[in-house]
Amino acid sequence: MNTRLLFYRRLASPLRATRAGVGAIWALALTAAALILYNPLPLAALALAVLCAGACVGVGRQLAGTLRTALIVGLPIVAINVLASREGLTVFARLGNLGPFGEGDLTVEAVVYGAVIALKVTLLMLITTLASLAVDPDELLRGFRRLSFRSALTASLATRMIPVLGADAGRLAEAQRTRPEDPARGVRGRVALLSAIVGGSLERAMEVAATLELRGFAVAAEERSRSGRLRLWGPRGSGTRLPGLRAGRPNTRGSARRVGRPWSRHDLAFLCSALALLALALAGRLSGAASFEAYPLVKMQIDAGTFALCAAIAAAVLLPFADRRGIDR
Amino acid sequence: MILCFDHVTYHYPDAETPALDDVSFELEAGEFCLLAGLSGHGKTTLLHAACGLVPHFHGGTFAGTVSLAGLDTREHGPAHLGGRAGVLFQDPETQLVMSSVRAELALGLESRGHSAAAVARGVEEVALALGIDALLDRSTHELSGGEKQRVALGAALAGRPKVVLLDEPTSQLDPVAGDELIGLLRRLNEEWETTIVLAEHRLERCLGAADRVISLEAGRVSHDGDPKSFLKWAAQHEPDLQTPGAKLFALAGLNPAPVGVKQARATLRAREMLPEEDDLGAYPAARVGPTPSDVPNALSSASEVAAGQDRRSERARGLRSVLGRRDSIPSALRMKGVWHELRDGPAILRGVDLTLAPGESIALMGRNGAGKSTLLRHAAGLMEPTRGRVERAGRVALLLQNPGDYLIHERVAEEAPSEALAAVGLAGMAERNPKDLSGGERQRLALAIVTGGAGGAGGAPIVLALDEPTRGMDRGAKAELAKDLRRRAEQGQAVIVATHDPEFAAACARRAVLLADGRVIADGPATELLAGGWYFATETARILGGAGGALLPEEGAELLQAPAALEVVA
Repeated sequence: MNTRLLFYRRLASPLRATRAGVGAIWALALTAAALILYNPLPLAALALAVLCAGACVGVGRQLAGTLRTALIVGLPIVAINVLASREGLTVFARLGNLGPFGEGDLTVEAVVYGAVIALKVTLLMLITTLASLAVDPDELLRGFRRLSFRSALTASLATRMIPVLGADAGRLAEAQRTRPEDPARGVRGRVALLSAIVGGSLERAMEVAATLELRGFAVAAEERSRSGRLRLWGPRGSGTRLPGLRAGRPNTRGSARRVGRPWSRHDLAFLCSALALLALALAGRLSGAASFEAYPLVKMQIDAGTFALCAAIAAAVLLPFADRRGIDR
Repeated sequence: MILCFDHVTYHYPDAETPALDDVSFELEAGEFCLLAGLSGHGKTTLLHAACGLVPHFHGGTFAGTVSLAGLDTREHGPAHLGGRAGVLFQDPETQLVMSSVRAELALGLESRGHSAAAVARGVEEVALALGIDALLDRSTHELSGGEKQRVALGAALAGRPKVVLLDEPTSQLDPVAGDELIGLLRRLNEEWETTIVLAEHRLERCLGAADRVISLEAGRVSHDGDPKSFLKWAAQHEPDLQTPGAKLFALAGLNPAPVGVKQARATLRAREMLPEEDDLGAYPAARVGPTPSDVPNALSSASEVAAGQDRRSERARGLRSVLGRRDSIPSALRMKGVWHELRDGPAILRGVDLTLAPGESIALMGRNGAGKSTLLRHAAGLMEPTRGRVERAGRVALLLQNPGDYLIHERVAEEAPSEALAAVGLAGMAERNPKDLSGGERQRLALAIVTGGAGGAGGAPIVLALDEPTRGMDRGAKAELAKDLRRRAEQGQAVIVATHDPEFAAACARRAVLLADGRVIADGPATELLAGGWYFATETARILGGAGGALLPEEGAELLQAPAALEVVA
């Protein structure tokens, strides 16, 4: 498996030009809309819009892969719901008495409800794939470092290490392919190969640990709390009196202030898109334009309002991608 | 002083012999110090001791004191010492721990509690200083090998350390990127008085930049002095540490040994041993463009490494004469218009035509990312061309870059048949654990694994392909490998080696192929292709201006001892 496919890659697009926090909020808004809505039409519109957004970001192929996986996951969901649900009234097949499970009556309502749940799961998988491919995890996790520096750093490291270990395993497998005879033949051979992969991962982990040690990971909490105390208790610029900041060393903890990153047109557009999506999902649910009931009989709102809601959802998702100025950063 | 070792002796856990044995020296601020020594003689351990990884990270028994910028490494761990010393190891992949370049450069500063403004400034400055500002928003896993090494260096320098410790940082880089990195270190040293401690096997690449050379042998300091005194010492005590230029002068009976090409040429010119104006155009040029070629066995007398100029010219003429007869000679491997195009990505190979005859040895050269490894994978059948075809007359054995990837068993005997072990000289190590072998021995074991025994699956390989087999090898181990490859070629096996090392290429190959951007841009006799360039040329060739196609010190010394030959070719 090529693990690189599922990790952040920098390709020029409006979504990648936004700050990671806004990108994450936008993805959360998509998730919330997928959870709030039950009517299949707005859900399908949302799924289509997410696929189009993926194409705009340049990860359409990866999203298509996720879609295939989602179908494999979705079919059992429908099947299980049909077999387990007893709430529908329109029976299309009778399996007879199933003992402790009661009468095996399969209903149309159970099929429809299972399909809606599968559609929601598909949407969540698509949104997760899109977010992991298009939102910079480092930038996102940096925001959490104020709360817990080491936890956020460890999470960043994990996101980086998974593809590295995947590449290591791929290299090892390729090396075994160049042997004239298959070394993994038999149980003993497979155990040896597995042991080599685990051993290689541990060696890699040791090397990375050495690098982290040299970059000050072990002193991170202590140093940051020291600089935090300075900001709380000391006057501005008192950093020059800190131990370690002797003459000749640059004042790195003084009153200099980092100028924040300005809000770009894309930050604003995706934030507006997120708010609009949430509003539309809530309005659809509350107004009845997206009402849907599966049991005891399927009742689904389909009128001009429903189609207008679908169009508005698709527009809210895709409009931020229309402005392609300044997207390569 | 900035770095002081005082009678340091160190044993790794469970090791009987010390990795460092009574090592003492002092480095002043602003010195550029080169660490020399054969593989396994303590260079890496010394660097680890300087930054506190020894003993804090590795454990073991430690005696003596190491002080870095006034901090005793017994009292301060690597996390504290890392603020004073930037460290760059051999493999950039293990030193990049964040997903984006900007986050990577910022990590050390953020960990040490620098303010947001200081972090932003530090990242910006180091990116500008190293010329990686265009990479700041790139993902680290998208970078090429050279870019990764620069980013790792940037991460080490972001805190403006007083000392930079580097362990073979150029071993995975092509000659161009390697020279750029050394130039960069020299600039850091000269402009900001950064102390540099650099461990390196290819001394000819960096000796000219160094102020001082410390040589280690079995964990002890065997020599400590300036580059000139080091070369004089190496000629007498450790010839494997001699640079090709120094060896050339020693063989030609010239003194003093030159520290670099410029000095060597000045000495030769002063003695009227070089023509006043080098006319490279007078020498036969390599064929340009994708030119498949074949070598008649009559020209492949591999034992004639140090043959005279006439023989070299004759060989080159013979090789060129068969360039046009591509279909008349049987081939071991033939690639016809091979393309490798990535889906949604670039073309890695673009219409490569290449033919190898039995007994032929080829050096495949080019920048990082030129397509060398991909070409070898196609040769071995690990990849299928998107266009074109590959014809193999038999099995193609491919040795990939990292020999450790092949070793999965606990006994050497389980890894390869005894016949193959004997062929690489490891018959006596059959019961040892592969993990306990030295770097050179691992490489030989990996070679035995991929070649297998003659009676094994697929039989003996007709082609042996090697991808960067000399990474991290010292000169002695490289010479051994080159000798083995020449022997295999003599026995009729076709050998193709992707390498960044022109000296190794000259020692093991008769023919050189230069790849760029997935295309063969030059293909010809090694005596021509490796003789007339700046980067893809041996030091001997650069000193002699490519005269007579002399690539190795032995060949150059022969020319220098017969000055008439130089006049003729000029």
